[in-house]
Amino acid sequence: MSLLDVDGLHVWFDLPGGGSVHAVNGVSFGLAAGQRLGLVGESGCGKTTTILALMGLLPPTASVAGEVRVGGQSILAGGEDSARRHRWREVAMVFQGAMNALNPVKKVGWQITEPMIFHGVASGSAARRRAAELLEMVGIPAAAAERYPHEFSGGMRQRAAIAMALACEPKILLADEPTTALDVMVQAQILQLLIRLCDELGLALILVTHDLPVVAQVCERAAVMYAGQIVEAGAVDDLYHAPRHPYTRLLFAATPDLYGDEKVASIPGAPPRLDRPVHGCPFRPRCDVPLARCAEESPSLRPAGAGHDAACHRNELLEAS
Amino acid sequence: MTVAPLLEVAGLTARYPVRRGLTRAITGQRRRWVHAVDGISFSLARGEMLALVGESGCGKSTTAQAILGMIKPTSGSVRINGTDIARLSERGLRQMRRRVQMIYQDPYESLDPRFRVRGTMEEPMAVHAIGASRAQRRELAAAALQRAGLAPADAYLDRYPHELSGGQRQRVAIAASLVLSPDLLLADEPVSMLDVSVRAGVLSLLDTLRADGKMGVLMITHDLSTAAHFADRIAVMYLGRIVEHGPARQVVTAPRHPYTRALLSVVPKRDPRNRTAPQILTGETPNPVDIPAGCRFRPRCPVAQDECAKTDPSLRAAGEPSAGPAADSSARPAAHEVACLLA
Repeated sequence: MSLLDVDGLHVWFDLPGGGSVHAVNGVSFGLAAGQRLGLVGESGCGKTTTILALMGLLPPTASVAGEVRVGGQSILAGGEDSARRHRWREVAMVFQGAMNALNPVKKVGWQITEPMIFHGVASGSAARRRAAELLEMVGIPAAAAERYPHEFSGGMRQRAAIAMALACEPKILLADEPTTALDVMVQAQILQLLIRLCDELGLALILVTHDLPVVAQVCERAAVMYAGQIVEAGAVDDLYHAPRHPYTRLLFAATPDLYGDEKVASIPGAPPRLDRPVHGCPFRPRCDVPLARCAEESPSLRPAGAGHDAACHRNELLEAS
Repeated sequence: MTVAPLLEVAGLTARYPVRRGLTRAITGQRRRWVHAVDGISFSLARGEMLALVGESGCGKSTTAQAILGMIKPTSGSVRINGTDIARLSERGLRQMRRRVQMIYQDPYESLDPRFRVRGTMEEPMAVHAIGASRAQRRELAAAALQRAGLAPADAYLDRYPHELSGGQRQRVAIAASLVLSPDLLLADEPVSMLDVSVRAGVLSLLDTLRADGKMGVLMITHDLSTAAHFADRIAVMYLGRIVEHGPARQVVTAPRHPYTRALLSVVPKRDPRNRTAPQILTGETPNPVDIPAGCRFRPRCPVAQDECAKTDPSLRAAGEPSAGPAADSSARPAAHEVACLLA
């Protein structure tokens, strides 16, 4: 049994004028303790919605179906009550832009003790001691607990946001684009920090990003999302060296590499609209190797190798031959 | 006589006063300065793409502002087609701005949401009195859209920005500058707001536009991988200075400055098997108000020596002895230069 099990997760958002957007469409994956998983895809592919569902933090306009289990316990079944029990104490999140969302009028140390007090994990001097430990753990001197966010650089604020997420000793950390607005040197510092925290605390990490090279450097496994679905999942090494879905292959080919000499090329077209049913494979209109059946039949995620799954009809052809 | 390069930046310095409180003003405390750009020189020819690379606060955007004539340099000069833009009259500056066009980072912000693509395209023509009739302006707009990869143009002219994807918006922004037939495109992080799958297309467009040799492109970016792929030359900036400058491949594969080396080592590589240990510099770029004495990179430099605290190294041809004369960047545009006593 994995630490985290996501099974057939669906999320729909109601639209103001009627109708809905099927933002997450049958997503399933597992995460083991201490594992680092990358959730990769372009904007609108459903990666952020997926992890917000894991936190039980979707807005009221969202309808959710499927199963999310943490340590075998369902967190969606009991509504907000069961979600609240797990949120921050088992599953914690560093939101996109978290470093710019710290409370400007509260000292950083106070902001780290707040979740501990709210969730009854610690209070008073014990909470303050723990906040100091957390700051040291993320590479900020404990004395900085007395300072305000504006006195921190961007990198330090992001470290503080990570410390806040770790306040209630979660087993799973969800990080949504944690380095997107940061300079490359600070990005490297934050990524090293996340790797170290996973190794030292046995923390499992889901790193949500559009940046394939970041995932290639940080994660052991990755799931590639497209139009609300996972289209390929596997070890990052397999995804790069032996992709089994054209989208993964084309996405890598669209990403310039420092030392790569091959031409980088855009993927023509755009993802499908998700406020209407998608017929056949959602990637077919942009695919460079479509088959006739791709227009009618949507491929499901099937094993395409050891610990490697892909949703592409071409793999079924390979199986058959 | 040699033809003046399209763009020549010589000893460009831009500093801003730090605001001081009344008490400090009365007590006569020395005014302090932010040294945003501190004596940089480079040139750009038609048909060339130069990438200005560096972290936030290194002075790359200030450099762009100076080239556009939006700020007056404290010293040094910006010459476009041989003309020092500081000497231009208001009218001359307006003429010059037609020759130098800027592509902004965020096409979600840079296009007016109330304008159809047609309006966005026609506005610069109206400002610069281009095109004799509506029909002619429309033709010019359609031609520019097609050049920017939006064909057939008729399918785009009547659309609003919200009906376009990010990549299409950035192409519209590029097309709107093309109607002025500029000599120089300044592209400030032109793809960082776009989805990965469309970035390469916009960058290839910039690559194609300069290929006919009429236009030069100065790309400002923090992304060394992009710079290595698309630019002819890379200039690496740190705290207001160019610390390394040379042919793109050479800077990436044989970096000479310790800062360039560190930057390259932390760029995430696509191949998971290529997990080299990044050489992470501690701390962040120092405040440009308090620039360290000697070499400004010394406090973070992993190989600094005693002499680095005393001498402020200037940019010189890589491999030449440090006592040698400073290389003239305009005379040898393809030379590999570095500002380090130890390189």
